[in-house]
Amino acid sequence: MQELEKAEYSSVRVTPKGEDRVIIEKDLSSEEMILNMGPQHPSTHGVLRLECKTDGEVVIEAEPYLGYLHRCFEKHAEMVDYPGVVPFVDRMDYLASMNNDFAFCIAVEKLLDIEIPRRVEFIRVIVSELNRIASHLVAIGTYAIDLGAFTPFLFCFRDREHILNLLEWTSGARMLYNYILIGGVAYDLPQGFKKRTLEFVKYFRPKALELQKLLTENEIFVKRTKGIGMMPAEVAINYGWSGPMLRGSGVDWDLRKEDAYSIYPELDFKVCVPDGKSSDIGDSLSRHLVRAMEMEQSLDIVEQCLEMMPEEEGFDPKAAIPKRIRPKAGEVYGRAENPRGELGFYIQSDGKSTKPLRCKARSSCFVNLSAMKELSLGQLIPDLVAIIGSIDIVLGEVDR
Amino acid sequence: MEDTQENMPQSSEVIAAGKVWHVLREKFGDAISELDENPFMPFFEVRQTERWREIALYMRDSASLRFNYMACLSGVDYPEEEMLGIVCNLESLGHHGHKIAVKVKCDRNGGTIPSVAKVWKTAEWHEREAFDMYGMIFSGHPDPRRILCPEDWEGYPLRKDYQVQETYHGIKVPN
Amino acid sequence: MNASLNTWSDALSELYLFGLPIGLVIIAAVPLVFIALYALTYGVYGERKISAFMQDRLGPMEVGKWGILQTLADILKLLQKEDIVNKSADKFLFVIGPGVLFVGSFLAFAVLPFGPAFIGADLNVGLFYAIGIVALEVVGILAAGWGSNNKWALYGAIRSVAQIVSYEIPAAIAILCGAMMAGTLSMQQFNLLQQGEYGFIHFFLFQNPIAWLPFIIYFIASLAETNRAPFDIPEAESELVAGYFTEYTGMKFAVIFLAEYGSMFMVSAIISIVFLGGWNSPLPNIGPLALNDWTTGPVWGAFWIVMKGFFFIFIQMWLRWTLPRLRVDQLMHLCWKVLTPFAFVAFVLIAVWEIYVK
Repeated sequence: MQELEKAEYSSVRVTPKGEDRVIIEKDLSSEEMILNMGPQHPSTHGVLRLECKTDGEVVIEAEPYLGYLHRCFEKHAEMVDYPGVVPFVDRMDYLASMNNDFAFCIAVEKLLDIEIPRRVEFIRVIVSELNRIASHLVAIGTYAIDLGAFTPFLFCFRDREHILNLLEWTSGARMLYNYILIGGVAYDLPQGFKKRTLEFVKYFRPKALELQKLLTENEIFVKRTKGIGMMPAEVAINYGWSGPMLRGSGVDWDLRKEDAYSIYPELDFKVCVPDGKSSDIGDSLSRHLVRAMEMEQSLDIVEQCLEMMPEEEGFDPKAAIPKRIRPKAGEVYGRAENPRGELGFYIQSDGKSTKPLRCKARSSCFVNLSAMKELSLGQLIPDLVAIIGSIDIVLGEVDR
Repeated sequence: MEDTQENMPQSSEVIAAGKVWHVLREKFGDAISELDENPFMPFFEVRQTERWREIALYMRDSASLRFNYMACLSGVDYPEEEMLGIVCNLESLGHHGHKIAVKVKCDRNGGTIPSVAKVWKTAEWHEREAFDMYGMIFSGHPDPRRILCPEDWEGYPLRKDYQVQETYHGIKVPN
Repeated sequence: MNASLNTWSDALSELYLFGLPIGLVIIAAVPLVFIALYALTYGVYGERKISAFMQDRLGPMEVGKWGILQTLADILKLLQKEDIVNKSADKFLFVIGPGVLFVGSFLAFAVLPFGPAFIGADLNVGLFYAIGIVALEVVGILAAGWGSNNKWALYGAIRSVAQIVSYEIPAAIAILCGAMMAGTLSMQQFNLLQQGEYGFIHFFLFQNPIAWLPFIIYFIASLAETNRAPFDIPEAESELVAGYFTEYTGMKFAVIFLAEYGSMFMVSAIISIVFLGGWNSPLPNIGPLALNDWTTGPVWGAFWIVMKGFFFIFIQMWLRWTLPRLRVDQLMHLCWKVLTPFAFVAFVLIAVWEIYVK
């Protein structure tokens, strides 16, 4: 807990190697300026507002202000029945709707205690892993934009388009799928899905490598991200970080392994943790690297699932969905590994109503962003942008 | 359904939570309630609300517990009991791997709960959100402001008896 | 050659029609008209197309064949836009900012030789004048940034001033290396000295074994001077919204844009004049194939310098769409700790070469 407190705030930027230090002349008389970054700003990834106290280019303090996209998810959830919550969940992290649905359904199914058909589990994992790749592509692409490289962004979006097409083909929607339902999925996979997805996997592997070359082998990119926004593992855990953020700090923690939900225990994939060779563990570059490596793991998972998935003629994916979803009285905290970290739902049911009594979404971005204030101390404005980018927030999920 | 569950052997999660509870019971005695051994989310309640921070610190630092990770902190309204409360889902990440949920309750009107924002930094924003939505005061919170609603919003939206204010800065609020 | 050149331009400048000095006007106007046309249509259009091809997309395709009229449509749009001067802006500075920028960038074209005959003013200190007048841009940027009364614009302006003033030093020393090789500051003389039947062999870049060093230093510094990526921190759109021109709309914005493309061409032209022979043909005479003679002449001259300029602009765009942006302190580090010392080394080595070896 002490690491961050050691940092001197305004006079010296803390970097691992002494040579890169920026020393601000303290003898010069200077005034602090309040700089409002956002809510409309290109690199706050939505409507986040950072109120920065700056001394020249150095940010002395940055206070995040949220709520510009607050759509009262929790209030809405108390107003509609359980299946009706799913479309609202879609709209939280709009870049990874499948994963959101998955997490919510896991939470409700825990309370319902129902058996999910095996094929449905495979379908769920395939679509959510595809969505994870799409989400990481956006994260990496926008991160490149934050650092001034425009081209990788468009490469990312070009490849993401293929995934969106696949998911659109499956669910009928491009971004907000409402596909994973409590107890099943909306439709079976379309004819020929396996072939086209395998084609995509084959197409995407070299592209992922190319992306890696374009960014992580770029001297300027490394210079801008290495050692920036350092987060030691202990502090990261204390801040409740999860997902690629926590793994970027060197903690081997992935809910797909730890909670072993769905069919993940049967699959062979590894948890991506930076090795510390090309990056300093816990910096922005590590977090970027984790995302890049995870895309390849997700490709592996998709391939394995397509192989292992049981084929059934005339399969009804909605067979296991209960007629009326009314869980027993009780409370549950269900969670899943989202592209941005742990998405959890705390659901309280009174056993009488078909509506949840309380549905709290523990959003990964919200929690990850809460460290922003501490990470921003004494950073330069360009580094602040690099840090926000590496946190990879989706304001829809932060504000819910 | 009810019967099958009672006959079911307890899952490892519940057993681990039971062990944790025993350690805490020994240390804090009656300050914490019996463990609710449901299979979804085993939890106990902090009966002496004012000792919550002390319990939290012990849970984080004691070698046999090491709850270093707070997964979630949710505000809850209990209109029948005239209470507000929080539910904390805690986990020992990387050490023991056990999980437990803790409930803390306070009075519905002007009740206070000790803040654990200094124990788990992640609690800072979660507590701000709980305050924003339910209006319980977290004593000792470093930054007790609303977080999602505007600063001058009236009432606490997630309370069960919440009435939407009619206008906000002259704009009609839709119901 | 010198004499024939003079007769050419003298003849043209003495051309009077209806008692008006039409010849002089043509000499001065042709390059400027060309640049205005180039910068507005082909520069912007080229940038959009080149970036599109690099990014696996098509770029503008709707207006005209291959979207070739896109820039015209953009200009029409910009002309119709409301010209907003924000309430709390310093109106005087806000208005003159783009003007100074534009003037600073285009005044330099006066000494740019587009061919043996096309030159606005063949000053004997042409190179010095060009470097000096381009530095006037700083005043325009500072006026625009300060006058906007916007914190982002102020940041952009201050970054820009720090950057341009710093990079002027390695750039000027690198250019000085060229001036040492030529022994003159006249732009036209530079071209004449690099003339010869072996084409590119006569270019200064290939006349001196160390010339590539100031050449590269000047190219890097010129990127920074024109605020191009990876040194585009004054207008870093992901950090400073749009930098010093955040508050500008309509034609004022277009003027700033135009000035940027103007100075991009300016630095490209300077680098090709000083190191790559300006309007001289790079093709050598090989025996009976008199390629050099065939491709030399007033029109060819304009063609070559424009092509060389385009080539460097293409490289500038290529870099812009490939590289991320440097941070402020890394930029200064590069300038003061890398480029400036190397520029001095190049200066000394070239001086030694010119005095003792050549």
